Amino acid sequence: MTKSIHNNLDRHKIAEIQPLMQIHQLSLFYNQKPAFKDVTLSIPQNSITAIVGASGCGKSSFLICLNRLSDLIPGCTVSGHIQLGTLNILSPKANTTALRRRIGTIFQKPNPFPMSIKKNITFPLKEHGVKDSQQRHNIVEQVLKDVGLWSEVKDRLQDNALTLSGGQKQRLCIARTLALQPEILLMDEPCSALDPISSGIVEDLILRLRQKYNYTIIIVTHNLAQAKRIADYTALFWVDKGCGRLIEFAPAEQFFNAPNNELTKAYVNGIKG
Amino acid sequence: MNLSGLKMIRQNQYGLDKVISLFFWLVPLIVTSLFIWILGDIIRGGIGQLNWAFLTTAPLDTGRQGGIAPILVSTLLILGVCLAVSLPIGIGTAILLAEFTPNHNWFGRLVRRSLDVLAGVPSIVFGLFGNAFFAKTLGLGFSILSGGLTLACMVLPILIRATETGLSAVPQEYRLSSASLGISRTSTLWHLLLPAATPGLLVGLVLGIGRAIAETAALIFTSGYVDRMPTSLLDSGRSLSIHIFDLSMNVTGGDANAYGSALVLILILLLINAIASYLSGKYSKTLKV
Amino acid sequence: MWKPKTLSLFPLRNWFKYRKDFLLVWLLRGLSAIAGIVILLILGFLLREALPVLEEVGITAFFRDDSWNPGEKSYNLVPMIWGTGLTMMGAVLLATPLGIVSALFCHYYAPMPIASLYRRLIELLAGIPSVVYGFWGLVVLVPLINRLHPPGTSLLAGIAVLTLMILPTITLVADASFAKVPPEYLMGAAAMGLSSWGTIWQIVIPSAKSGLFTGVILETGRAIGETMAVLMVCGNVVQTPDSIFDPVRTLTANIALEMAYALDNHRSALFVSGLLLLGVIIVLAIAAELVDREAS
Repeated sequence: MTKSIHNNLDRHKIAEIQPLMQIHQLSLFYNQKPAFKDVTLSIPQNSITAIVGASGCGKSSFLICLNRLSDLIPGCTVSGHIQLGTLNILSPKANTTALRRRIGTIFQKPNPFPMSIKKNITFPLKEHGVKDSQQRHNIVEQVLKDVGLWSEVKDRLQDNALTLSGGQKQRLCIARTLALQPEILLMDEPCSALDPISSGIVEDLILRLRQKYNYTIIIVTHNLAQAKRIADYTALFWVDKGCGRLIEFAPAEQFFNAPNNELTKAYVNGIKG
Repeated sequence: MNLSGLKMIRQNQYGLDKVISLFFWLVPLIVTSLFIWILGDIIRGGIGQLNWAFLTTAPLDTGRQGGIAPILVSTLLILGVCLAVSLPIGIGTAILLAEFTPNHNWFGRLVRRSLDVLAGVPSIVFGLFGNAFFAKTLGLGFSILSGGLTLACMVLPILIRATETGLSAVPQEYRLSSASLGISRTSTLWHLLLPAATPGLLVGLVLGIGRAIAETAALIFTSGYVDRMPTSLLDSGRSLSIHIFDLSMNVTGGDANAYGSALVLILILLLINAIASYLSGKYSKTLKV
Repeated sequence: MWKPKTLSLFPLRNWFKYRKDFLLVWLLRGLSAIAGIVILLILGFLLREALPVLEEVGITAFFRDDSWNPGEKSYNLVPMIWGTGLTMMGAVLLATPLGIVSALFCHYYAPMPIASLYRRLIELLAGIPSVVYGFWGLVVLVPLINRLHPPGTSLLAGIAVLTLMILPTITLVADASFAKVPPEYLMGAAAMGLSSWGTIWQIVIPSAKSGLFTGVILETGRAIGETMAVLMVCGNVVQTPDSIFDPVRTLTANIALEMAYALDNHRSALFVSGLLLLGVIIVLAIAAELVDREAS
């Protein structure tokens, strides 16, 4: 299955792709201390971009800049440009609420709200103006089927979401994000807090969603095998002098088989990291 | 030093340690027995007075006879005014400080400092202020309104601190994931943070009520002494604590009813305490991730 | 499947709908401003009411006049300052060791259930109204002291009741600061074979020092500001006491006793003593802040 998706994709050189999001000289600081610096890359449309690297190299911090979640973190400042169409995301005037609706985020630790399973999905929907309760119910059913949770929870939609297992919680969080029909999905190590079986289910889910809805997905992972299985493009972040840097960004095939950078070569071959 | 000398010292040391341990058990024992003495004395003196008639009749003969009905009503009204004013201001301030103020914001720092000072102001000073501002300048006179407003100023720091603690106990992930779904901060606050911070809010509410009900000095010159049934918020009303004070200090032969009133006051406080710990226990159970 | 409205990512025109957060923040700022301004109001009104007498007789009159007799235009507050100072000092000297020992007991000597029971008891003790303490002191403690040495209503009774009242403050603060002592320190001490008392004296107390200081400052503030309990048990005679069995009158009791009938300069003089109390409290708050800053 993995193979077929890869084969169906048009293989472009980075220079030729139609970028969806252009990131230029992006840096992020926690209380003046840089987490990563001068990252420049373009996110290709309708593809899965994996970001790999050792922990603490600013991968997750990079992700939260892309929909301005960094605003919420005390002491965190961002500089540089992120261009989405004609909008500079980092402009103080950008409508962050709409931005975050269209760029969904899945976190490492599944974090459903302390409400019923159904309300976890309907609460954001209500917030975004879906007023009809029958319509909301249909969406709940649809997205729960999409993430393969419907058969497991259809009789207990009113139960507190915190009673679900870890893998179920993460799928609920994905469903909650999907319900808002985002155009880009950001995933911050979505499998690393889960047991191997749930992790496999979530990984399959990502591939299925990718095939069904043609999402643009940016996924942070420290699991190189996972990146190899699902990614179309791969970026390597590495710590240099106490601050994260982008080392290499390339189509997955090239990244894993013929990397340009010595560090990438060492990392891919398991010598480092 | 030879070995036997070392042994001697060690034994002495252990002996000293034992004596000190004994002392460490003795102090709590004394404190506990004092507590039981006070509580036991109030219960012993008050239990005979406590009956339905005591709670539902008006005081007679400046309080020597009769009950405390109008005093209970006044106490509740003062408390009501106090909470109606202090809850919105207190919770609003706590939300601003906990959710919308960066760490080094000058406005937040200024408000925090001033609340720290306010928390230490003696209740009699609140009484002076209430008398000068609410009773005299605003022309409310000696009234339940003046008393309630004075108490509102007094309980503000307590409410704010507890609510802030409750809000900061809510995991940061809730805020992040809510924002990542494009939910406005107002809705996040209303549907997510406030329900999750309920235990903290309740604790603050209870501490505030406790402080307000126990207060005497701030009320003497604001809500006044009149022990009749109040007919409006502009009437003077005597709180339960002032009633105890007046009976024991100014009325010879008022001790029996003072005991009764003190018991009622303590029972109310214990009841509120119990409700709070029950509620916050219940809420924290449903919140556990 | 629903079709979401394509929300523009650019700034929006519909002011109310999209500035909901903005409105909330300004509402909250307004409420906070009210909360922040209360202390200034208190200071302002106390000053306003105190000014007439300060202008007429000056500050020194409050320390140099022959006696406290506002009817005869003499405003000597010194006996009351002694009253407040002595009751406060006695209570702080007694409550501090008792409170610290209580907190240490909870942390290092008592088994878990007893420790939490004792904590709960201290919290209840903190919740007992001061008028109840005063009443108990008046009907139980004062007659006992009277048997020892008449008249019973005395500095000693005030110190005793006040000690009980501020004990929970220091205990709870000390308890919290002992909880912050890193467990590695204790492990290290145990590894060196220190006795439990040695550990407490040489390791726990020094590392919790700033917390204990804060506790002492807080309890001092409470002791100075307490009104009802000392009013009820101290006897309220305006005099500088010679022994702990003499009755005294504190600044707070003075206000509570005379406000009811004070007029003009007399009333104004009472506000001066209120201002004095507030000044001490502000100094204590600054001291607490400094201790806090030192620690961090």
